[in-house]
Amino acid sequence: MLQKTKGYQIIHEWMKAKNFHPFDFQEACWDKILKQESGLVNAPTGCGKTFSVFLGVLIQYINEHPDAYQISKNNRLQLIWISPLRALAKDIGRAMEAVLTEVNIPWKVAIRNGDTSSDERKKQKNNLPEILIITPESLQLMLAQKNYSENLSKLKFIAVDEWHELLGSKRGVQVELAISRLIGASKNKLAIWGISATIGNLEEAKNVLMSPLHKKGSIIRARMDKRIEVVSIIPEEIDNYPWAGHLGIKLVDRIIPIIEQSNTTLIFINTRGMSEVWYQSILTAAPQLAGVIALHHGSIEQELRIWVEDALHSQKLKAVVCTASLDLGVDFRPVDTVIQVGSPKGIARFLQRAGRSGHGPGEISKLYFLPTHSLELIEAAALKEAIKEQKVESKTPMLLCFDVLIQYLCTLAIGDGFQPETILKEVRSCYCYADITQEEWHEVLLNITQGGIALNQYDEYHKVIIEEGIYKITDRKIAMRHRLHIGTIVSDAMLKVKFLGGGYVGVIEEYFISRLEPGDTFTLAGKNLELVMLKDMDVLVRKSTSKKSKVPSWNGGRMSLTANLGKMLRQTFNKALIDESEIEIKSLHTLFEVQQKLSAIPRDNQLLIEQIETKDGFHLLIYPFEGRQVHEAMSAIIAYRIGQIIPISFSIAMNDYGFELLSDQPIPLDYRNVQEMFTTNNLLLDIQKSINSAEMAKRKFRDIAVVGGLIFQGFPGEHKKSRHLQSSASLLFKVFEEYEPNNILLRQAYRELMEQQMEEERLRTALLRISNSEIVLRFPKQLTPLAFPITVDGLNRNTLSTEKLEDRVRKMQQQLDKN
Amino acid sequence: MTAPLAYTIQEQQFWLTTERAVFWEKESALILSDLHFGKTGHFRKNGIGVPHAVYKEDIQRMVDLISFFKPKKMIAVGDLFHSKDNLELKLFSKIRANFSKTDFILVKGNHDILENHWYKKNGIEIAHQHYCLKGFNFVHDPTEIPENNNSFYFTGHLHPAITISGMGKQILSFPCYYFTEYSAILPAFSKFSGTAKVKKKKTNRIIAIVENSLIEIEK
Repeated sequence: MLQKTKGYQIIHEWMKAKNFHPFDFQEACWDKILKQESGLVNAPTGCGKTFSVFLGVLIQYINEHPDAYQISKNNRLQLIWISPLRALAKDIGRAMEAVLTEVNIPWKVAIRNGDTSSDERKKQKNNLPEILIITPESLQLMLAQKNYSENLSKLKFIAVDEWHELLGSKRGVQVELAISRLIGASKNKLAIWGISATIGNLEEAKNVLMSPLHKKGSIIRARMDKRIEVVSIIPEEIDNYPWAGHLGIKLVDRIIPIIEQSNTTLIFINTRGMSEVWYQSILTAAPQLAGVIALHHGSIEQELRIWVEDALHSQKLKAVVCTASLDLGVDFRPVDTVIQVGSPKGIARFLQRAGRSGHGPGEISKLYFLPTHSLELIEAAALKEAIKEQKVESKTPMLLCFDVLIQYLCTLAIGDGFQPETILKEVRSCYCYADITQEEWHEVLLNITQGGIALNQYDEYHKVIIEEGIYKITDRKIAMRHRLHIGTIVSDAMLKVKFLGGGYVGVIEEYFISRLEPGDTFTLAGKNLELVMLKDMDVLVRKSTSKKSKVPSWNGGRMSLTANLGKMLRQTFNKALIDESEIEIKSLHTLFEVQQKLSAIPRDNQLLIEQIETKDGFHLLIYPFEGRQVHEAMSAIIAYRIGQIIPISFSIAMNDYGFELLSDQPIPLDYRNVQEMFTTNNLLLDIQKSINSAEMAKRKFRDIAVVGGLIFQGFPGEHKKSRHLQSSASLLFKVFEEYEPNNILLRQAYRELMEQQMEEERLRTALLRISNSEIVLRFPKQLTPLAFPITVDGLNRNTLSTEKLEDRVRKMQQQLDKN
Repeated sequence: MTAPLAYTIQEQQFWLTTERAVFWEKESALILSDLHFGKTGHFRKNGIGVPHAVYKEDIQRMVDLISFFKPKKMIAVGDLFHSKDNLELKLFSKIRANFSKTDFILVKGNHDILENHWYKKNGIEIAHQHYCLKGFNFVHDPTEIPENNNSFYFTGHLHPAITISGMGKQILSFPCYYFTEYSAILPAFSKFSGTAKVKKKKTNRIIAIVENSLIEIEK
């Protein structure tokens, strides 16, 4: 019995003294831990989820060492606590240390992440603490050390915090691989505990984590309902032609009173770029806040970030403008108000951000929603409904990520080296690689030893070498480059932005810059910058006074509406002009009227299609409300199918509501053939053909090329030496497409596209829904409120053409002659 | 090979090819730039597995051009090689030896960092900044053309590409030849090279390489 054990009694005493009471789910978890079982704890932030695992580990330790637990020092590594965010690690470390001191257990807690100094790392290497709090990347780096397995002799527990955040990402796959190795390298029986917020597929989330153990494990749920109240900030004037990002800043005056009335406010902004803009705007609107308001995002200097986090704890700040960098379960107690700027694009994320305020069971979490364009008010209405119905999204685990596997194998090759037979068994135990074939494994090994294709006499590929059956990296330069590389799994290919005359501004995605031309203006770090040139991996800029400036789209900008929210959104449109009981719907009354007058309001049993001619050309707008991701796939297929009627070229834009096919010639679509465009016949074939012609895999390949080690971003401060090794992802894509189309990393780009975006089943479901809907075809004389935000979005356009390239060039030249 | 396009400069006949090289008829000279030979090898030697086949295609294209035009001279306007010596350059040496009737001239570019004896051994004549033939000049970097000159300069370095746009927000980009009255910037010969965007102006002529044809961009 748990309660009778010495460990439980000591911990219980300690809690009692603090006026805490163990929750049922905590006790349930402790019980499993004592039985050496593994599992997943499902609990919201602020409900003692950390303690559900951590205290269990202590109870187990006390029980095992009832007499020595207060004396015994240097007990070697006992618990590895994997945490996705640096901000989290500090917080949890502090909480753990407090307990250890008060219960008088002389354990040490250390934090290891990208911010840990090399001195500290060295100290840790020689004398590891009992508890190591570590990011997935740093855990990989640990596996790159020689003799790392010696440190694992006493390891008993691995905890994975915020598992819902890691699952479905490549960092999650890194964790799977690392766990499989820890299990393989440790002589003890390890227990694994995940901690996750509520997601739609908890059971699967648990299975992924348990997979390397070959155990079932159990889910322990904290039954704690948090009440959430959502308040939309309604603009006084509703813009009938909503333009993404255009409205928000105008509402800055409305949030000042909210900040002033609250203790501490977190203001969540979807993109780093916009967070900079907001920070400046708030300061301009309320100069009295100078000194008590701060900015926190992933590209900000580490020192400053740590300062912000500390100041949040000690209540020195009134407000922090932040991005997903403060998204996770950090418990900043002083925070009592949260403002979400722009659509959070998903129910789970929205719930989580709301949970940042009103900690402690029983308290109400209050969240203000500030739309960045008027249509987002509909999303707010849909979100409120979704919260009522608790429709939380699933996180689909990633499968067969060869880029992560290649990186991992090189990591092992730097450390002690590896034997393929042993490691393949471990790799196969991971959920991600359960179905890897012998051929694929062989290809991965070929990739790291021979650079993909078979050797020929003029090739000197050199990375991993084989010595007596052990795969190793012995070249110091290659090893160093790889170590620097491991951290890049989170970020995209990033370029440094510098002023012409010197001076560092920040980092920016290659993808964004590749779409700008010299002379274009963009915003970074709150500054308007003119692109002068791209030199090696540096973006050289000068200050600009131009008012027209592009804001970089970081990941937040690319987030897609989830399918759940899409459905809620379609249903919310049923209320437009009919049921105005909700303030969000009511305030959009005139916008809906304009939409109705020019075209139609799409109800959830309809599909609205608009054809509009403007000076830009012929627009075909289709509104399935399935989210950006599905739209990207569907638009390519529809474009491809129309292109089978006549040779035609399209420029394609999309948002979460619908997509636009824009052409220079009339688009042959009317009531006679429109049904055929949405048929599920020949779907798979059409998917494959449209993928190839739309070059969609190119974007997927960017991340894969970075993770897979094809793009090297240079040593810090040692730039010049590595200049001859630099190339861009788009060039690599082109070269692989043409010269090595069978390359395993290129194939992965196509597979990821098929699985994540072009997933046949999801598309089929969406198309079936559409073919059962009434198709409403309209020919408005001008752009409608729904069309406007899609057509003005200049970035992220795809293209698809069924015309001959040469014909296109000649036609474009002729068009210019006419003008 | 598709038919080359005739282009007259100062009463001399030049032939532009879709293979990214220019043939000067009277002097029997093949002019190319930014070949970056050995680049894939340099990457691969450093553990970055880019396809070796790009290099083979590049070098084969050079062989085809030499076999077709049988030039007396081959003038590389810089960046003939990408980096240090590697095995890929051995293949180059072997091929170079097969064309003993052709003089190879290299105007050194920023990537040409091999030791002088290497060039000598392989029968490559070196011009450090500037090479001149019958009043025509060759320098690597277009910014090194002296001002107010009225003799013609062939250059490279930039890897020029032209972006054209049309109705319906269509945008296409192609490697190109960039001519002004007194200068030319050649497209990068290597297919494993990025590009820099250039603009069509009244004072220049731009010939785009659109797959297997050359199209002059008028606007």
